[in-house]
Amino acid sequence: MIEVDLARSSVRALNERLHRLSPATNERYWRVLNPNGAHAIAVGVTQPVHVEIKGHVGYYCAGMNGAATIVVDGHAGTGLAENIMSGSVRVRGNASQSAAASGRGGLVVIEGNASARCGISMKGVAIVVGGSVGHMSAFMGQAGTLIVCGDAGHDLGDSLYEAEIFVAGTVASLGADCVEKEMAEGDFECVATLLDRAGIVGDASCFRRYGSARRLYNFHIDHAAEY
Amino acid sequence: MCGIVGLFFKRGAATSTLGPLLVGMLSQMTERGPDSTGFALYGDAAPEGALKATLHAPNVEYDWAAFETELSAAFPLPSPARRYNSHAVFTIGCGQQRFLAWLARRRPELDTFGIGERIEVFKDVGLPDAVAQRFDLQHRSGTHALGHTRMATESAVTTEHSHPFSTGLDLCLVHNGSLSNHNRIRQSLRREGIRFMTDNDTEVAAGYLTWRLRQGMSLTRALEAALADLDGFYTFAIGTRDGFAILRDPIACKPAVLAETDDWVAMATEYRAIATLPGSETAEIWEPHPATIYSWQRQ
Repeated sequence: MIEVDLARSSVRALNERLHRLSPATNERYWRVLNPNGAHAIAVGVTQPVHVEIKGHVGYYCAGMNGAATIVVDGHAGTGLAENIMSGSVRVRGNASQSAAASGRGGLVVIEGNASARCGISMKGVAIVVGGSVGHMSAFMGQAGTLIVCGDAGHDLGDSLYEAEIFVAGTVASLGADCVEKEMAEGDFECVATLLDRAGIVGDASCFRRYGSARRLYNFHIDHAAEY
Repeated sequence: MCGIVGLFFKRGAATSTLGPLLVGMLSQMTERGPDSTGFALYGDAAPEGALKATLHAPNVEYDWAAFETELSAAFPLPSPARRYNSHAVFTIGCGQQRFLAWLARRRPELDTFGIGERIEVFKDVGLPDAVAQRFDLQHRSGTHALGHTRMATESAVTTEHSHPFSTGLDLCLVHNGSLSNHNRIRQSLRREGIRFMTDNDTEVAAGYLTWRLRQGMSLTRALEAALADLDGFYTFAIGTRDGFAILRDPIACKPAVLAETDDWVAMATEYRAIATLPGSETAEIWEPHPATIYSWQRQ
């Protein structure tokens, strides 16, 4: 276990060490102390290492993650796991806005609540939120899955392309062109599998599914008010 | 950008820990607002019937002694004046309107940055650490405080355009964001008798709240009205004589974090400012919801 104390060394020095790791590295377990809300911790890690951050992090933690397993033992600021490519990012507390924004792959788990725009422009990432999400979550989502065990705020899935959204609680309102869809057998399985991968206890049968009505793909005069 | 911070002790007398803690919080917000820094402190109350006025002179060599002689001939001054760089705090035994009218007539070169029973307001261009030192923030006490680091977007970088803005007794406001309908609202507020020093949008928000409070609204009601009338994106932190409030716009464009312990409430644009406070590790921490008023009143 390699310990890096951010009270003594900089985020830049930590990230440089993480970026220098080779695929065959033996430095596979890292613990980061005293993050104190610093930005860009463990951004751009591309090797399958484990990084545990003990405390609250600032903006863009674990951004562009590739292959690494990153755990935040605290809350996370704006843009957690932004553009995640693969691997997994877990936050034991809450995440601020734009969590997993434009994520292309991998798994993001937020054990608490996520605020506004969770999964904005998601492009393939799987997101599991143990609590609730704020307004405009999955805005313009293109691919991937968002699972919300609590409630969703206003304008869920606004201008959605093809991402799948599952919510167990209430939805304050659906965004433009987002509709409720039937839960098929495969959907229950999908939710159960992702909850299992996320290590979050939940009953897949409680979830409802939301997706794109596909009416915004092309301009249609009847829908002018929705553009 | 811009960074805002607030620290509110829920009970007890003015504490000397307030100043040093605010220095630490402001310093963390340096990158968010390197143009100017300001803060409002709520300290010991002026004696019964008197008000504290924080005045700003156009230069640091200003002859405050001559001013004090002239002021003391016009009004009783129950406490000695305190001077901090280009600012000075006077305790004046008269009402707000009489004093401001006298000042406008006799010393139009002086700005009143804050006036009230408890408020003192200091602001200037420069980085947070430098401005804090300039006004001796490290050694200042109080019960609550608001601070701001500014990255200017819509009006000039001057001392006058810095935050906080105070347009009413013991009321002040700091703002992260930008308002789009401030010109029209300023016009209508001027007709209602609200004075403005600058063309800054935040000053309009402060003036708006002053106007609503003057109509007899509570701070919560005034903020509800602001949600309907102010257009733009904003996170506001508001200080009153004994209160503290936070409001984000309906789409929560601008970041904000709140933290609360048994002893204090803190607000900051980013958590790293709160991380400097003793007890932050165990504080309850959350992100304020959009269009939701959070307020605290001292016990």
